[in-house]
Amino acid sequence: MELAALLASPLAGALILGLLGARSFAPELNAAFSLATFLAACAVTLTVVAQGPMLLWNDQFFLDPFNVFLVALTAFVGFTTALFSRSYMHVECDQGRLNPGRMRLFHSMYQLLSFTMLLALLANNMGVLWVALEAATLSTVLLVSLYRTAASLESAWKYFILCGVGIALALFGTILLYFAAERLLGAEGMSSLLWTRLNEVKEQLEPQVLALAFVFLLVGYGTKVGLAPLHNWLPDAHAEGPTPISAVLSGLLLNVALYAVIRCKVLVEGSLHSQLPGQMLMGFGLLSALLAAFFLWRQRDIKRLFAYSSIEHMGIATFAFGMGGPIANFAALLHMTVHSLTKSAIFFAVGHAAQKAGTQVMDDIRGLVALSPTVGWGLMLGTIAILGVPPFGVFASEFLILTTAMREQPWAPPILLCALGVAFAAIFSRVQPMVFGEATGKRLAHTPALVPVFVHLAMVLSLGLYIPPYLADWYRQAAVLIGGAGQ
Amino acid sequence: MLSAAFASQLINLCAAVLLLLSFSMLAQRRTVALVNLFTLQGLALAASTLVVAASTGQNHLYYSAALTFALKVLLLPWILHRLIRRLDVQWETEGRLNVSVTMIVGLLVVIFAFGLAEPISALATTVTRSTLGIALGVVLLAFLMMITRSKAVSQVVGFLAMENGLFFAATSATYGMPMLIELGIALDVLVAVLVLGVFFFQIREQFDSLDLQHFESLKEK
Repeated sequence: MELAALLASPLAGALILGLLGARSFAPELNAAFSLATFLAACAVTLTVVAQGPMLLWNDQFFLDPFNVFLVALTAFVGFTTALFSRSYMHVECDQGRLNPGRMRLFHSMYQLLSFTMLLALLANNMGVLWVALEAATLSTVLLVSLYRTAASLESAWKYFILCGVGIALALFGTILLYFAAERLLGAEGMSSLLWTRLNEVKEQLEPQVLALAFVFLLVGYGTKVGLAPLHNWLPDAHAEGPTPISAVLSGLLLNVALYAVIRCKVLVEGSLHSQLPGQMLMGFGLLSALLAAFFLWRQRDIKRLFAYSSIEHMGIATFAFGMGGPIANFAALLHMTVHSLTKSAIFFAVGHAAQKAGTQVMDDIRGLVALSPTVGWGLMLGTIAILGVPPFGVFASEFLILTTAMREQPWAPPILLCALGVAFAAIFSRVQPMVFGEATGKRLAHTPALVPVFVHLAMVLSLGLYIPPYLADWYRQAAVLIGGAGQ
Repeated sequence: MLSAAFASQLINLCAAVLLLLSFSMLAQRRTVALVNLFTLQGLALAASTLVVAASTGQNHLYYSAALTFALKVLLLPWILHRLIRRLDVQWETEGRLNVSVTMIVGLLVVIFAFGLAEPISALATTVTRSTLGIALGVVLLAFLMMITRSKAVSQVVGFLAMENGLFFAATSATYGMPMLIELGIALDVLVAVLVLGVFFFQIREQFDSLDLQHFESLKEK
């Protein structure tokens, strides 16, 4: 029941905003639909807290400790981003960068994106997961090119082609998975692609087929996670699209794609009885973190800067999942959560800062604290949080990942520390003058929506100090579910 | 029911035609001709699905053959031709394509695909298992085609040809994915083409051309 509401709310929102999205009250309507989705997600989460994991609707949908917190997180950030976009998009409209037709497109596609992400998280069927992720790509392509500038069209095209090809490879991986399942289970139709069903029999799945399938699945879904060397679309899409979209791309869509990779990894590892999938994840993860850290130095655009930081953090989470074992998995799940909250908060602050300065070029943004203390401090605190300064939650997860790596993979911590150090220097040296330098910008007509920024940062702070017991419990159960080396 | 030996001959024939069409797409410079080749590929795909359905009695494959025919032979080519006419790019040709080099790379790609698919084919029990290598070859050739093209429409045809290869892989390895998933995939492909149709107009409005060589501004310097 709650599940139906959870999926129906954004879908209805997409349809209704497709009709009414150009009206002046559309941003409020958008926020209202996102609120409804969030409330439904809360109801679902409470049910899971009370009754434990469940399978629904002929086993086609499921909630287990791994996806329930991601569902709640997706709905929550979806809601706060809708609140942020309300004031942000008003300013964009007033500045003449957008017209009502494009506002309609934006609102409708925003709801559709929420729907596809929730569908991907909730679907038990690996085929449905693929369809939902492809639909998520399609719903964001036109959003990235919303401003119709040369650069935004180019980045949207790149986004479509790279992610389209990537996701096609993932489809081939899914076909191979189905092939292996059918050999074992016989022609059961839909049920032989159910993740829970496959998880029961993963030990007997043909290892040779699954190894090949995993290569395709990792490269395919990995493209969407933004893993190097297939990360090229990510900074462009983040920089050129409207800021609310950058926030949900970074904060949510990357998580959903990583979630898909990990679901596949669990099956493949069970079948292979070897460390190969974990080692591949570690390799890609470290490469992404390191490459992104060095690319950070060359950025001039503030949104590109934080997009590269997203690649870095996704790389770290992927590395931790690759290490496996209860502690590393726990840390990776925590890292996904805090990164999502922090990064979306940063993008909210960045969006307002760029609107104030009238540019996204970092050299031209100066003295935010003087212009608007809340925007300036929001950006500064967000930056400190994402760089892993204690006591924020990012510090807790990175510390756990590093200490586990020292014990399990002693060769990795130097590389990780190098990436983290380089990223720290690069980002901090850019953000500091933007926040505290001589003021150059102008005042905004609208008051910025900064409540989401501080709510997110407060949550990240509290996660760094205290993790609620049921959340820790989910993390622990999910960590066991994901398994890996330490098992 | 067809006799098994005859059916497997027919399927192999269809697979060979698919691969040949992939190669001719790789070498084709004209966008309009490319769309026509894509239509033929869809036809070969529908025919092979039909033969598999008739020879194995897998009823859902009849539906998926019909779906393929409707989508890939009728609807998508119609949309693409209409787009080409409205965008006025009928006479567009690919300038920088080096056909001979591309073909040699294509050959190597197909050999690689066969090598990759060999152990999987050995495990399969379907009558169509020998064609899995060809399916993967079609996918990788389409991939190669996307890389070598600089015209937006040709890249999209490459994307669709890739989907054809994947569909063929699903039929030859497992007698097709579950129907609901296939419908989902078909819907995604259709939406992708419609979205890109909108996109073509935006690109042309901005760049006065559909040549992606104008896309240079976002490279990391």
